[in-house]
Amino acid sequence: MQEMMIIILSAILVNNFVLVKFLGICPFLGVSKKLDSAVGMSLAVIFVMVLATAVTYPIQMGLLVPLQIGYLQTIVFILVIAALVQLVEISLKKYVPSLHQSLGVYLPLITTNCAVLGVTILNIDEKYTFFQSLLNSFGAGVGFLLAMVLFSGIRQRIENNDFPAAFKGIPAVLIAASIVSLSFMGFSGVIDGLFGH
Amino acid sequence: MQFIIPVGIVTAMGLLAGGILTIADKFMAVQMDETAAKVLAALPGANCGACGFAGCADYANALAKDEEHAIKANLCTPGGDAVAMEVSSILGVEFEGASSKIAIMKCSGSRDRTSYAMDYQGHQTCKANKLFFRGRGACEMACLGFGDCVNVCAYDAIRIENGLAVINKYKCVGCGLCAKACPNALIEIVPDKTRVVVGCSSVDPGKVTREICAIGCIACKLCEKTCKFDAIHVINNHAVIDYTKCKNCTACAKKCPTNVIHVFPRPVSAPQQKPKPVAAETAQVEAPAQ
Repeated sequence: MQEMMIIILSAILVNNFVLVKFLGICPFLGVSKKLDSAVGMSLAVIFVMVLATAVTYPIQMGLLVPLQIGYLQTIVFILVIAALVQLVEISLKKYVPSLHQSLGVYLPLITTNCAVLGVTILNIDEKYTFFQSLLNSFGAGVGFLLAMVLFSGIRQRIENNDFPAAFKGIPAVLIAASIVSLSFMGFSGVIDGLFGH
Repeated sequence: MQFIIPVGIVTAMGLLAGGILTIADKFMAVQMDETAAKVLAALPGANCGACGFAGCADYANALAKDEEHAIKANLCTPGGDAVAMEVSSILGVEFEGASSKIAIMKCSGSRDRTSYAMDYQGHQTCKANKLFFRGRGACEMACLGFGDCVNVCAYDAIRIENGLAVINKYKCVGCGLCAKACPNALIEIVPDKTRVVVGCSSVDPGKVTREICAIGCIACKLCEKTCKFDAIHVINNHAVIDYTKCKNCTACAKKCPTNVIHVFPRPVSAPQQKPKPVAAETAQVEAPAQ
């Protein structure tokens, strides 16, 4: 139980994918303009991350490792994730049209999101078991959600304020992102403090 | 031999993925309803949401799926009678006149009647100004006058006059975009036949309102006592009309000591064709490139 908490909490706070590992920066900057689209995108990311891990982990352990072709990891994972997302999109459109509509264009965008590929590869690098990998993916997704929601609030303030001309637009956003990232660095000792390692 | 296994595996996976997707696409295909496509073509395409659905496409889909015709075909107020007739003929239902609606302004605080509490120099929109303290007006619920409503109006029906949004009754089609844009919720969408409007939304007690605004509702309840139809009540320190009960007798307007209850003139003649939107907006999604 404690181990589960450590994996999830460190994936959300300490090793936050966006703000600490700088993976998935593109949707973080691109889709955080509005709160509802930020939440929709993040939920899609959580879903796809967990599903992608559930599929790629057995492929790595059952196919690539025994045949000693680990160097095919990247291309095989990209192929599998892309096909998987497409399949999820088709079935959502058929069976849960409302969810499909709210996720909209973000679902296919996730196909080539580096955060999703990153989490599947990192799970294997960290030598997690299957269950631990799923937990880590879920935590990473929730961390993405947290970063997106926090940042969309800040974006709202940026949009509604008068900046010097040189800072207007993306520079102001990037500076704000760096400050949010700075605050997340403060979490680095939290897990040790909580669980006493 | 060492080439065959990896090449074979990637090929096999590609073929497998392609095969699964092809099968899935075939078995789980969603066909766009023909009726829905026709209805969508008939609608104005403003995506304003006046019908109560998320957009024109949503309304068209709902109409096409609704086999018992429980959803009315005349909900598109911007389209008016012409669109309602076209939609009814596509669906094969009896034509009913469109229920026309109109926007009303629930603040009368122009510059000569009330004042600003601050010299605001920030981003010049109502939304930004509202975030700063509680807006620049001396009255919390006053029109902020930056024209967020003017910017969203596709029909050129609102303008800012003397710091106050003024709605042109003859251009307004009742789409409600301005009502959503106003951070003080000062604009309400009401039936077209409405003649009586309370031009105040102040939540301050009467004494405070009197000090900061020359015309604000002082919550004296005279209108409440005058109304024979139980249609007007003082809620949150200002009078609110229930338009399902109001009979347009204008008795309350005559009694009002601050003259904040206005009487609109009756339209000279109902406009035959409602104007088309100035710029039809389509839903835009910000799609970042990965």
